[in-house]
Amino acid sequence: MIFSTNPWVWVAAILTLCIFSFLYKENPFYRFAEHLFVGISAGYGVAVYWNNAIVPNLFVPLFQQHNWWFIIPGLLGMMFFFRFNQKTGWLILIPMAVLLGTGSGMSLAPTIQTNILKQMQSALADATNLKLGGWGLIWGIVTLFGVITTLSYFFFSREQKGLLRVSANIGVWFIMIGFGASFGNTVMGRISLLIGRVQFLLTDWIHIIK
Amino acid sequence: MKRQIPLIIVLTLGIVFFIQFFIPSQISTNIYQTTLQWEIVISAFAIVLAIGSLINHHMLKIQRRKPHWWNSIVTLIAMLVMALLGILGRVEGMESLGQLYRTLFLYVQAPMDSAMFAILAFYMASAAYRAFRARSQEAALLLISGFIIMLGVVPFGSLLWSKIPDIAEWIMMVPNMAAKRGILFGVGLGMTATSLKIILGIERSWLGGGGK
Repeated sequence: MIFSTNPWVWVAAILTLCIFSFLYKENPFYRFAEHLFVGISAGYGVAVYWNNAIVPNLFVPLFQQHNWWFIIPGLLGMMFFFRFNQKTGWLILIPMAVLLGTGSGMSLAPTIQTNILKQMQSALADATNLKLGGWGLIWGIVTLFGVITTLSYFFFSREQKGLLRVSANIGVWFIMIGFGASFGNTVMGRISLLIGRVQFLLTDWIHIIK
Repeated sequence: MKRQIPLIIVLTLGIVFFIQFFIPSQISTNIYQTTLQWEIVISAFAIVLAIGSLINHHMLKIQRRKPHWWNSIVTLIAMLVMALLGILGRVEGMESLGQLYRTLFLYVQAPMDSAMFAILAFYMASAAYRAFRARSQEAALLLISGFIIMLGVVPFGSLLWSKIPDIAEWIMMVPNMAAKRGILFGVGLGMTATSLKIILGIERSWLGGGGK
């Protein structure tokens, strides 16, 4: 067993082990790593926002392109600082109103277009496209049937009985299969991260795997 | 007044930018692009509130010598160091700080990030054992679907039976797609309704107690 001579690899390995130690029980090593992680991530977030949001969208237009209109978002953004004073605290509602107003207005039409119309269009297209033929067409019809039954499960405007109840029950089956698929994918994602970490420890740190 | 001004701003901007979507002119597109840039700037400042709250929480813990208070010092120092390195590392003549920032990201943040999510695999497995016991038809469907998907993406699955990856793909493309489409549909309707309620001033929870 030959250990790595790179001090940073040691740092990464020890911190990884500190976090894995939580599997035994909560302990000081885990708490240290957890707090370090929170601090590092928050600092990283600040740097990313500064470099990718403030500098290119405020400082560059303002100080390099002399586009003085950009004073407005700067001032609106700074209004968030009023939160720290009780008397002026309500003023943060103004930048929030700007964000909510523009955000809601901008997203209204695209949401209808992408989440409602496009989904409806794709579901219908797969179920009616005769060119697909055979199984392709059958699975298209099954998918459309699944979409309708899933939607019926979320239809609460009238009591779920009779045909609506049957449809909602079939909808639950589709939803359960969908959730099972999402669960399976999430677990496999976590397992692959775990494999990555163990591989790092055995390959880069103690060089057992070459 | 303190509630009326924000509500008027939301109503005006909401209507203007809803109409803007239907105006296919260059000026309209320019306004849209500039406003997007402005939104990024304004929301970037909101991180100040989050960081302020984090600093406040940990400073109080240190001042009151709460249990494990020394860990709060670690958080504050780590945050300060990482933020300063990230910001100053882009300044000309201070590139070495930028290099250290990248090293800290690669050997401190990224490994801890993956390790944190990796340990969730164990907790998800134990939670799944408790939740997935096939006590009803629906739970059995969830269990079978999850199991097939897991087997379908590892080589062991195709060793067991060569059709398993195909079945996993079918689950993803047919029943899973149907359920996701139905849910997306509902999400779309919900988002549309919420946006309309915000613009029209029916949804006012965002005003909080600040306007009182």
